[in-house]
Amino acid sequence: MSKILSRRKLVTAGLATAAGAAGLGVAGRLADRYGLIAPDRHFFYGVGETLTYASQRILLPPHSLAREFDRSQISKICPVNGGPPDNDAYQRLLAGGFADWRLTIDGLVARPASFSLADLQRFPAHTQITHQACEEGWSFIAEWTGVPLSYVLNLVGVSPRAKYVFFFPFPEKSFPLGKKWGSLDMPDAWHPQTLLAYGMNGQNLPTPHGAPVRVRVPRQLGFKSLKYLSRITVTDTAKDFGKGWGSSSPEHGFSWYGGI
Amino acid sequence: MVRAESVYLSGRAERISGIPDSERHAAVVRITHWINALSFFGLLVSGFAILLAHPRFYWGEAGAVGTPSLLDLPLPFMKGGPSGWGRNLHFLSAWVGVLNGCLYVLSGILTRHFRRDLLPSKADLGWGSISRVVSGHLRFERPGVETSLAYDVLQRLTYLAVVFVLLPVMIWTGFAMAPAIVSAFPALVTVLGGQQSARTIHFFASDLLVLFLLVHLTMVSLAGFRNRVRAMITGRGAARVEHT
Repeated sequence: MSKILSRRKLVTAGLATAAGAAGLGVAGRLADRYGLIAPDRHFFYGVGETLTYASQRILLPPHSLAREFDRSQISKICPVNGGPPDNDAYQRLLAGGFADWRLTIDGLVARPASFSLADLQRFPAHTQITHQACEEGWSFIAEWTGVPLSYVLNLVGVSPRAKYVFFFPFPEKSFPLGKKWGSLDMPDAWHPQTLLAYGMNGQNLPTPHGAPVRVRVPRQLGFKSLKYLSRITVTDTAKDFGKGWGSSSPEHGFSWYGGI
Repeated sequence: MVRAESVYLSGRAERISGIPDSERHAAVVRITHWINALSFFGLLVSGFAILLAHPRFYWGEAGAVGTPSLLDLPLPFMKGGPSGWGRNLHFLSAWVGVLNGCLYVLSGILTRHFRRDLLPSKADLGWGSISRVVSGHLRFERPGVETSLAYDVLQRLTYLAVVFVLLPVMIWTGFAMAPAIVSAFPALVTVLGGQQSARTIHFFASDLLVLFLLVHLTMVSLAGFRNRVRAMITGRGAARVEHT
């Protein structure tokens, strides 16, 4: 009797474990298909990162707008971390007022393109006064002017297979992909406040803030608003660049998702 | 000899005479307590790591080096390092803490643990009663056996404040620093006066939690560390040992 019972218990426990494991596997696949798993889902910390990212993508409305502020609230001091690309190519473009600068867009797009600064400035402009917080804790409010990334994505025709939009700054000698590169998922790439910004507080984008063009992502921390752009690539996988974690920040111990 | 559990916990107490142990904590309370301790330790260490990236506090929407501050901590600015793993550990610990806390609160309501063990009675909330408890604490009086298994009014109010005020404030101000969450629920940050105010409140509320932890550990030590820790692990603790 007790033998049968224990065997029954064993079989039940085994079945439950198998069902649980299969359920987790299916849940993981489904979550991945619906873009709920961050590309830096690795190791111990990946659990927290994935829970945060997935729950925000499920629970928060995709089109919620970051708060916009009044001109009088613009900060007098707008600090930066890091400096411009350390090479001659960038210095030459800077000296020439970025007249020869081009932003290439390739990858999963119908019409790969290359835009000059004047091209971008001819497109419909969007201006926003938003708060930018550094992951370190400090923050400032500034006015940004640029073309919505969604406008440019529509121009080049993004494939429905697209999952990420990668941003690369100027390559440097020891950083072939640029010093700080990264990606957005499609909800933040298509978001109406996500800009390719070329103006700040009524002037051309200052060099320390990423001249000639940076991306502005007001629904994420400042380190996602990558500077000194030179190339945008649309992909359906994060695996092709660096360690495959979606940006250079996870390779330095920071998370890929900055909505926090 | 008074069997103290008959006063408060008679329903769950072991009824074998001669065993002085009495049931102090239900299994859910014990399990969630230790998971919470682990989560709080993770949050504290990682919170300090994040703080080291910018040990300076502001009030209002924005603030940075060069703008007036509310508080400058005498700590170095450590850029590029601890805030990375710090934030990863902070979020992992926060998830553990929040899920665990939900379980604790839900079970506390369903089992009437809050109402029975933490909610002070009307009589306890009178000034006479509170001042009696306070003066007892100030004179380092040890509670009698019959009261040692129940929380006094100060303990009850403190636990309720930690569970239902301080920890929710931590979660709220944490959300208020998340640009994606705030874009969906802007009131989270506007009622606090701004994102930097939220960060500052997050810091001061965490200080109060650390103060609670220090007092909690001191009280546990004064009441008999081994016995109280054993009670929180096994659920049983001798009511008499610490009062002989």
